[in-house]
Amino acid sequence: MTERVIQVDALARVEGEGALYVRLNGPEVEKVEFRIFEPPRFFEAFLRGRDAHETPDITSRICGICPIAYIMSACQSIEQAMAVTISPEIDDLRRLIYCGEWIQSHTLHAAMLHAPDFLGLDDAIQIAQSNPELVKKALRLKKVGNSVMECIGGRAVHPVNTRVGGFYRAPDPGAVHALIPELNWGAEAARELALQFAGFDFPDDEYDYHFVSLIHPDRYPIIEGRIGSNRGLDIAVEDFNAHFREDHVAHSTALQGRMRDGSSYLVGPLARYANNFDRLTPACQATAREAGLGPIVRNPFKSILVRLIEVQYACEEAARLARAYVPPDPSFVPTEPRAGEGHACTEAPRGICYHNYRVDAQGRIEHAQIVPPTSQNQPQIEADLARVVAQSLDLSDKDLKWRCEQTIRNYDPCISCSTHFLKLTVDRV
Amino acid sequence: MARPKLAVWKFASCDGCQLTLLDCEDELLEIAGALDIAHFLEATSAISDGPFDISLVEGSVTTADDAARIRQIRAQSQTLISIGACATSGGIQALRNFADVEEFTRAVYARPDFIDTLATSTAIADHVTVDFELRGCPVSKHQLLELIAATLAGRKPHVPRVSQCVECKLNGTVCVMVAQGTPCLGPVTQAGCGNLCPAFGRGCYGCFGPKETANPPALSAQLHSLGMSDRVLRDFYRSYNAGAPEFQKESTSHD
Repeated sequence: MTERVIQVDALARVEGEGALYVRLNGPEVEKVEFRIFEPPRFFEAFLRGRDAHETPDITSRICGICPIAYIMSACQSIEQAMAVTISPEIDDLRRLIYCGEWIQSHTLHAAMLHAPDFLGLDDAIQIAQSNPELVKKALRLKKVGNSVMECIGGRAVHPVNTRVGGFYRAPDPGAVHALIPELNWGAEAARELALQFAGFDFPDDEYDYHFVSLIHPDRYPIIEGRIGSNRGLDIAVEDFNAHFREDHVAHSTALQGRMRDGSSYLVGPLARYANNFDRLTPACQATAREAGLGPIVRNPFKSILVRLIEVQYACEEAARLARAYVPPDPSFVPTEPRAGEGHACTEAPRGICYHNYRVDAQGRIEHAQIVPPTSQNQPQIEADLARVVAQSLDLSDKDLKWRCEQTIRNYDPCISCSTHFLKLTVDRV
Repeated sequence: MARPKLAVWKFASCDGCQLTLLDCEDELLEIAGALDIAHFLEATSAISDGPFDISLVEGSVTTADDAARIRQIRAQSQTLISIGACATSGGIQALRNFADVEEFTRAVYARPDFIDTLATSTAIADHVTVDFELRGCPVSKHQLLELIAATLAGRKPHVPRVSQCVECKLNGTVCVMVAQGTPCLGPVTQAGCGNLCPAFGRGCYGCFGPKETANPPALSAQLHSLGMSDRVLRDFYRSYNAGAPEFQKESTSHD
């Protein structure tokens, strides 16, 4: 029997540091590890004793790519603990800035980090050499998302205008309305990119995933809804811990998320899309059909297309919210310190981001639990790797390694987020 | 002439400062044309070996392996620049420096024995010689572009170390502390963010770290008079630049 080891010590084109190790014994896949060894930063520990109002700013530092996800989950959780109700105008402004994060994060990943895998190139700069218009379009689209975040939040990385209760200052209507033309352009650009990328040569791979996401009866979920799945899960956000658990494994500084029964599940664009296809706009559904996608996508390599459809949606939705924008008055709901517990879950670009805080009578954090999307996807990423490797044994080590990296990048893993990092090794024993 | 080789390195961080480089949407292709991007894992699979003309380092040192790795990077780098609060002061994760890291590990992980970490989170300059430190949590895109342009031109970057108050004056922002009694670290914090928080009616929270010749005790007296307790004052200085010497000293004096 020939032994083969495929190993990537430091994965490129992902946020954070990770590795992969696969060991094969003939046709048998003996071991698959998606390793996250981003050094731990201990957010849940050092939050204890801090003023609850600091949690949005502090937890935004978990991730520079999706700070809004942390800010919004933290805000909603603390607001629940302090028993305040947010106005619909504030909720709409939150949804608007969140759309900005989806646009910039998804565009960065789809066009600049993931697309090179399908083109056999190392990066977007190489794409620019043969197709500068494509890269310029992607950069402009990414900038549309950042402009939304800057307009409402002050800056794109770690915005400053968001707070528990709402916003420090309601943005000027003129500045918000000025976003609309570029958002309209962005919706069309995202559609064009989705159709262009639909021509990629996708590996044949389908899996019957357990898709977990927020589900809302009226809206494609971003900051609202119950936690549900394609297998009938339908729970309140408060009941997260009754249905999900986190395991600590030796090869990871991330805790791995699993269902209580030990099974893996998938969060992120494929799950949101499958569980909420009917709430996409008709234009986004039309793009999906033109790109050859049904209402459920089970080929993980096609997540790149679903991300771009979500960019189109986020542009359309942001334009709608900008047109309807009325400055919230007051810009935030005041909060008083009080003992309580709060739970919140919002849809980070990579999937549900759950926060749970217990606050004491002085308004200080007693207990914090943060479950980022990538740690929830980690067991499913390993399962995908095992499946893809088993299907791809005839590939050379170099090509197999490439395919493994591509499989991981299907998830747009945010390794910094999961507190934690990844390396790839494939052992062919 | 060969283009200068650029490397971008990550230590303990959120990736936001590296992302700021990719957020230079209008300039990115030009930067890629002026520099040979030899190592930038977040953006490209193409990796070439050192030595490197310019190394940008994001993140803080929190493991023994990383302490060794930064020395190797220094040895291969003509110019080494640390970018962002993690790299210049240890970042938010330096809050462990004021606590018991073993207790932290037990609080977060079911199997503390799987975790290998140092008791402290420290700045890059605590380990190797650094040619320039660019502040911010995150760094400013404009300052990052100025830094790259200056380094390519062989000149000193124009990054003033004046206070955030100067930015308020330049922008005509009304002082939030004087006018509204809002606690603000602006008088002791370095300018450069673009006058963000005060312009939104919020006090500066110090994400660019101490300005040159900062005088925190004088500011603390003012903050006390606004009704801040010692505990709140301590935490005010103890955040994204908790490990910066001036902020660390002041926060500890309110322990």
